[in-house]
Amino acid sequence: MTEGVRRGADVGSAAPPLLGLNNVEVLYDDVILVLRGLSLEVKEGQIAALLGSNGAGKTTTLKAISGLLHVEDGEVRDGTIVFDGEEIQGMDAHRIVEKGIFQVLEGRRVFEHLTVFENLLAGAHTRGERRGLEAETERVYDYFPALAARRGQLAGYLSGGEQQMLALGRALMASPRMMLLDEPSLGLAPMLVESIFTTLRRINREEGVTILLVEQNARIALSVADAGAIMERGRVVLEGDAGELAANEDVKEFYLGLGDGGRRSYRDVKHYRRRKRWLS
Amino acid sequence: MDIFLQLTVSGLSTGMIYALAAAGLVVIYKASDVINFAQGDLLLLGTYLVFFSVAQTGLPWSLGVLLTLLLAVAVALAVERLVLRPLVGEPIISMIMVTIGLSSVLRGVIGAIWGPNPRSFDSFLPAGELAFGPATLATDRVLSIPIALAVLAGLGFFFRFTRDGIAMRAIADDQQAALSMGISIPRVFGVAWGLAAVSAAIGGIMLAGIVGVSPNVGSIGLRVFPVVILGGLDSIGGAVLGGAVIGLLEVYIGFYVGHGLNLVVPYVVLVLVLMIRPYGLFGKEVIERV
Repeated sequence: MTEGVRRGADVGSAAPPLLGLNNVEVLYDDVILVLRGLSLEVKEGQIAALLGSNGAGKTTTLKAISGLLHVEDGEVRDGTIVFDGEEIQGMDAHRIVEKGIFQVLEGRRVFEHLTVFENLLAGAHTRGERRGLEAETERVYDYFPALAARRGQLAGYLSGGEQQMLALGRALMASPRMMLLDEPSLGLAPMLVESIFTTLRRINREEGVTILLVEQNARIALSVADAGAIMERGRVVLEGDAGELAANEDVKEFYLGLGDGGRRSYRDVKHYRRRKRWLS
Repeated sequence: MDIFLQLTVSGLSTGMIYALAAAGLVVIYKASDVINFAQGDLLLLGTYLVFFSVAQTGLPWSLGVLLTLLLAVAVALAVERLVLRPLVGEPIISMIMVTIGLSSVLRGVIGAIWGPNPRSFDSFLPAGELAFGPATLATDRVLSIPIALAVLAGLGFFFRFTRDGIAMRAIADDQQAALSMGISIPRVFGVAWGLAAVSAAIGGIMLAGIVGVSPNVGSIGLRVFPVVILGGLDSIGGAVLGGAVIGLLEVYIGFYVGHGLNLVVPYVVLVLVLMIRPYGLFGKEVIERV
């Protein structure tokens, strides 16, 4: 993807961010501190990638925004989450969806015993009764043609890729202002990952949906994103333009697997990692 | 032959009352995976509520029925709010245990208010007889069949086509994913309990006319379990078929084989079905992708 396309949706840095997290702390079960003063901004119309290793707190960050922490005994203990000028931390999940933030959970999580069509209707739950929504599904089928042929089938019998498309289609049905995507590439073949990310970029530009994307696959995430942030142990340790991040030596080393010193033994890498932690 | 026809109508009408009570159980199970052991007591409550609303207050039956349904919904919402909502997020088994306790509480309260003696109650359904060829059939029994089927069809429609119906099935599949779509779980559980109470109360109203109002009606509520297990715990259509089969088996066996056995047969059927089809005839299977 070229630099020009990547910046296509940038609306200029002077506008206030659509979403801002300021010094957010999240505690699970009243004892386990997972986010330790996380700050992050996402500008309207952008795709922002949130990267980091396992356990860095990426999923927790998304759930803190979408209000899904309650059900896991987590809570935002400190800091603010501001969406479109309004503080939303601690709000019920369904009110946050009504405000226009829709999280696509990790692992697809389609409703197995509902048909594809019914799954899409469930996605539009906050938009009232189904009149008019059937036409809406056509828009989803336009982005994900593979779903069109299977609209009457139970979602449990779809392939992994189709289920991921359905999970994204459900989000589209809600017509959100912002989508939070948790690992959309998980468990999918590389070809499919490419195609899903291309579609994500299309959705971002054509629907004007801002996207915050959590990914293990840093290469593909940075290739579609406008901006990126890297998390470690509950904080953002590096953020910037996606192009800058992709060019950063440390990011190459740890997240893109492109270290310039040739292959090293695992032990060396571990040693190096210890020394090179951004925060300790 | 006329006896057979009479037995069939009588079996079907009781069967449809079972189906109404069972449908309430299905609604709650579909929305929350909770098996409501108090469903039979909601049926019993329905018979007493209609007795109260029509016989005790002296209201015309149309208003009385309306009052019955309103009271039933109020009780169900109170139960959902006070007893079940605090348990959302706890293991399902604790909620199921609570419904067993709820069953005793409902019976106790009904006993405390209306006492242990049977009460007489005139059904609002016309009490006459219909002649079908050689057979004469009690009108109220015949009429109860289409009424029950209409209510059950309404419930089926609700699940297939309405926003809350789809939300309920979504919650049963994956609560967290449902939350992430902005589905409010307390609201949907409230709707489920309300519907369960309405369908049980309609069953109770018909039962009050057909067999009367007494604490023994509670034992009819137990039939709900063979019915739903036969039909499948999460299928309204299954509840209709299960109700019909159990209702018919009871009268046929009671008449042709011998009294007493009809009380046992539903449970024999239950065991057989569990051996052959553990999900019931129409239950949803666990989907495994390979």
